[in-house]
Amino acid sequence: MMTAASLAQSPASSSLLEVEGVGKRFGGFIALDGINLSVAPGERVGLIGPNGSGKSTLVNCICGTLHNETGTVRFDGHSLNKLESHERTYRGIARSFQLPRPFVTMSVADNLRVPLLYAVHTRRGRHLTIEEADARCIELANSVGLGAKINKSPKDLTQIEMRKLELARAMAADPKLLIADESMAGLSDSEVGEIVEMLIKLNESGITIIMIEHIMRAVMTFSQRLVVLVSGKKIADGKPDDVIRNPEVERAYLGQ
Amino acid sequence: MKSPVFFLVWIVVAAIVFAFGLYLKNDYFFFAGYTVLQYVVLATGWNILGGYTGYVNFGSAAFFAMGAYASVVMHKVAPLPVPLLIIIGGIVSGLVGLGMGYLTLRLRGAFFAIATLALAVVLQTLIVNWDFVGGSRGAYIIRPNTLDIAGLQIPYIEYLFALMLILAVCALTVARIVERSRLGFGFATIRDDEVAAEACGVPTLRLKLMATTLSGALMGMAGAPFPYYIGYLQPSSAFGLEYAVNSIAMPMIGGTTSWVGPLIGAIVLGTLQQVATVTISSAVNLLIVGLLLTGFVIIAPNGILGLIHKFRGQSDADKVGRRVIRETP
Repeated sequence: MMTAASLAQSPASSSLLEVEGVGKRFGGFIALDGINLSVAPGERVGLIGPNGSGKSTLVNCICGTLHNETGTVRFDGHSLNKLESHERTYRGIARSFQLPRPFVTMSVADNLRVPLLYAVHTRRGRHLTIEEADARCIELANSVGLGAKINKSPKDLTQIEMRKLELARAMAADPKLLIADESMAGLSDSEVGEIVEMLIKLNESGITIIMIEHIMRAVMTFSQRLVVLVSGKKIADGKPDDVIRNPEVERAYLGQ
Repeated sequence: MKSPVFFLVWIVVAAIVFAFGLYLKNDYFFFAGYTVLQYVVLATGWNILGGYTGYVNFGSAAFFAMGAYASVVMHKVAPLPVPLLIIIGGIVSGLVGLGMGYLTLRLRGAFFAIATLALAVVLQTLIVNWDFVGGSRGAYIIRPNTLDIAGLQIPYIEYLFALMLILAVCALTVARIVERSRLGFGFATIRDDEVAAEACGVPTLRLKLMATTLSGALMGMAGAPFPYYIGYLQPSSAFGLEYAVNSIAMPMIGGTTSWVGPLIGAIVLGTLQQVATVTISSAVNLLIVGLLLTGFVIIAPNGILGLIHKFRGQSDADKVGRRVIRETP
């Protein structure tokens, strides 16, 4: 329910994603403690924090994999609280997973076809024709450099190709907001550069991106804004250069 | 091949099988063939949930028995022709499947399998204590020896065999349609990774319920004519272990990713069991199934289909029979 106060706090026109006082517990452990975060359309936001700080839980609450116990997640002016994960995908939120989760019994093309058949189909209210879907699969695969592997099984892909498939599959859902959950873990320096470049290009095509990452070089290159979570609380939010000089952030990362 | 063509081709095959039976002039062919066909339907039904979505159902016997007992109830209340009983059996078991789906929404893997086993036990207990359908004593279904169709006196077993043939063709057609549709695509994503499927916009809960319902309905349809076939139905035979084991073993041995697998498995295992019943003993059946299943799980986990694909050198992606993009991007 929207009260007058919450309406006043969240002018739906200016922000795409509005996280208001979101809280989540796992038993006695408080994973998220009243997080507020607002993301404007077209923004590139970096989300960092030590292990266990609640980054993935926040992403899961935004995407609907988990449901927040308190607070509201609002997207495009509508509350997502009661929506299942797939319904949020229809609305325009897509994500990649921290550990790649391809559909292993399907080819790369068919992995990309799933969001076309479900998310895009539901949004448009009609089937894409086989030719349209094929063309889109090829386009998506080419955009991440997987064109040559389109009929391969995900089991035949390398680590970075798996990450690229993960991103391409998220993009297949035609999202307004893309959440890239540690898309670069375990990659080499040059590979990290490649993925960052890819994400920036996507952003320039109009997609809002939240990137969760431990690799600071990638975070600093990518982010226009940096948000820091520590123990389920947001401790900093602002320009990346200012945020990393913030004494509280330094303490969280380097100790006292 | 388009589905109507597929259906017609298999109806022709079915007609040839039936004609072959008439040519043999041997009732045993129909008697044994009925059992094999019943397993084709049962295995195909099981595979829609177990193979396509990857939810292993140990309670197949309960769905089969619900179909059979629906016929017993109808026989006592208002006797109907067997084709209608098949539809009623399908509806009853479909509803049981839907209910099971709702109760087990959040369960995966071994927990789901245990829940289905529990469901079978609960339903069997209910039937055992329900006097109207004979309780543990069982129920007799007196069926005529012949059936009068357009002035022709057709032996009842031939009639049941023909019905089962048509039902098997219908089941295979449904399985093939599902497999190649958007729905089947969604089922496969559930089997591979449910969380990722949701993130791609697949409504997994709804799809799971559709799978449990459809799978249950087909297994119930397989059971509906059973009282007329056997003549005397008791809980221990309707809920028999062989149904639960066979409906899992047949798709596993044939291959679970395609409609062909359960068909191959049911024909191979079903025929083998019928032959063993006549030549060795009926008690050896489950031993054969057990040994074959163990062998296949170890040597060829993707079943006979998997072996064929391996022999042809097809890749994993080809194995699921999904769309391959031919043009080089």
